[in-house]
Amino acid sequence: MSLVELNNVQAFYGGIEALKGINLEVKAGEIVTLIGSNGAGKSTTLKSICGQVQTKGEIWFDGQKITSLEPHVIAQSGIAHVPEGRRIFPRLTVKENLEMGAFSVKSKKLIKERIEKSFVYFPRLKERYHQTGGTMSGGEQQMLAIARGLMMNPKILLLDEPSMGLAPVLVDQIFEIIQELNSTGMTILLVEQNAYQALQIAHRGYVIQTGEIILQDDAKVLLTNNQVREAYLA
Amino acid sequence: MFSSILQTLPQVLIDGLALGAIYAVVALGYTMVYGILELINFAHGEIFMTGAFVETAVLFIFQGAGWLTDMPAWLSYVLIILIAMLVTGALGVGIERVAYRPLRKAPKLILLISAFGVSFVLQDVIRFIAELKTGNYIISTPQLFDQRYQLPLSSISSWFTDASVKANTLFIFAIAIVLMIGLDIFVNRTKWGGAMRAVAQDRETASLMSINVNKVIVLTFFIGSALGGSTGVLFAQQYGTIDPYIGFILGLKAFTAAVLGGIGNIRGAMFGGIVLGVLEMFASSNLGILTGGNFGAEYKDVFAFMILIIVLIFKPEGIFGKAIKEKV
Ligand SMILES: Nc1ncnc2c1ncn2[C@@H]1O[C@H](COP(=O)(O)OP(=O)(O)O)[C@@H](O)[C@H]1O
Ligand SMILES: [Mg+2]
Repeated sequence: MSLVELNNVQAFYGGIEALKGINLEVKAGEIVTLIGSNGAGKSTTLKSICGQVQTKGEIWFDGQKITSLEPHVIAQSGIAHVPEGRRIFPRLTVKENLEMGAFSVKSKKLIKERIEKSFVYFPRLKERYHQTGGTMSGGEQQMLAIARGLMMNPKILLLDEPSMGLAPVLVDQIFEIIQELNSTGMTILLVEQNAYQALQIAHRGYVIQTGEIILQDDAKVLLTNNQVREAYLA
Repeated sequence: MFSSILQTLPQVLIDGLALGAIYAVVALGYTMVYGILELINFAHGEIFMTGAFVETAVLFIFQGAGWLTDMPAWLSYVLIILIAMLVTGALGVGIERVAYRPLRKAPKLILLISAFGVSFVLQDVIRFIAELKTGNYIISTPQLFDQRYQLPLSSISSWFTDASVKANTLFIFAIAIVLMIGLDIFVNRTKWGGAMRAVAQDRETASLMSINVNKVIVLTFFIGSALGGSTGVLFAQQYGTIDPYIGFILGLKAFTAAVLGGIGNIRGAMFGGIVLGVLEMFASSNLGILTGGNFGAEYKDVFAFMILIIVLIFKPEGIFGKAIKEKV
């Protein structure tokens, strides 16, 4: 069953058409990766799903048409978006950042449980619990951003370049965590410029170029595709 | 010279703190809205003024109904403050909806002009209503507390002259402290207060957390405006006479206080208000002495704005240094 479906979606910044009618699908339980070079429209695709840009076409989530809903309503329906550049609230503590992630969760007890659970994946956050987000390192911020996204117990996690600017060790760690999350049933749409590693953990992949999907296939197939190898894996 | 300044110092402090408390609470409204929208809500002074007129109107109604004699004065006072807060809170929300929200994507200058427009409209509407009801737009408001307590400081030390404190001044302290502590707890300890800080820091990301940004903005305007309106009540009771133009200069000074504490910074605004009030009162009672009679108390406003200009030149981020980033 497809959890997210984009049908002929166009996206606009003012008069500029950043997505030129793309089709994309993520099934429940999958890791799907969207790769492409800088400015191709990867972030815009995620923003379209979250209602952060003006779009045309249809976007479906969990059997419901979410096109033109307000961002907070879309988020509430179970979509966690970990944005590009992490976008931690810099002057909120780690604790407060996590609580914001659970803004739609009523039960204090449930919030506590989920915070405890995130310490299992991200033990560093426990050490930094009362520190403000802005004072943490890039890797820690990325962990916090993912943990914050998970606080709402989403049906899908949208990750926008989680490896950006991180040291190789940390990148490996992040990709491991993504795989681990997926093995517990979390559906993931992963946007990456780091195409090689993304394709290695993904089930399927899409390649986007100047606002158009130019290729889509099983991740293993894309890894051996000549066009992909030349353009993105070189 | 020094000894004559010292003699009046207790009185200066009492009056300065009362004035400062008023500046501080009004400054909160500027700073909260700025923290969220990066907008200087210049209509906020008029919201304060409207609070003062609501006070008088409600007081007249209470008087007409004979409640003032039945109820203890403090109870009428608290009721009037609550009513004024509701009215001005709703007014602030209305202003946001009509004058700011449609312009949210417009350049900041346009918003500022819209704010000035709202100011003039409020001044004229209030003036019109006041004249219609009473025949005059300058209104004396009945006093709820008229006691005054003498503090025989001269018997403690000959350094000081006796000071006195109005019952109303004590009430101002009490209300201002309750409001400021209440706001501080709300902003730092509650879910919606956290949402307010999150929206101030990154509106787009806040919406990804299921936070309804518009709701937070409405809430911010409601609370900020209600605080401004409540101060209007305190002001009317303290000084006895109000007119539709009191919001202009007081608003500017409260804004100065907000800048002093680092605009966008809530604790900074409280601090800035108190400092400005005390300095202004100090200037008004001592400028004559300090300048050998060349400048008198009438220069106290110049003094206040000089502080604004000096701060803007040398420490534009406010006294609290980097705290400007502390927005809300
Ligand atoms: N806020 C914006 N305003 C105008 N154009 C934008 C904006 N954000 C992105 N774009 C443009 O849209 C295109 C796609 O951008 P984006 O989705 O951010 O690319 P990617 O995430 O793949 O690097 C680019 O040409 C970019 O310049
Ligand atoms: Mg991007």
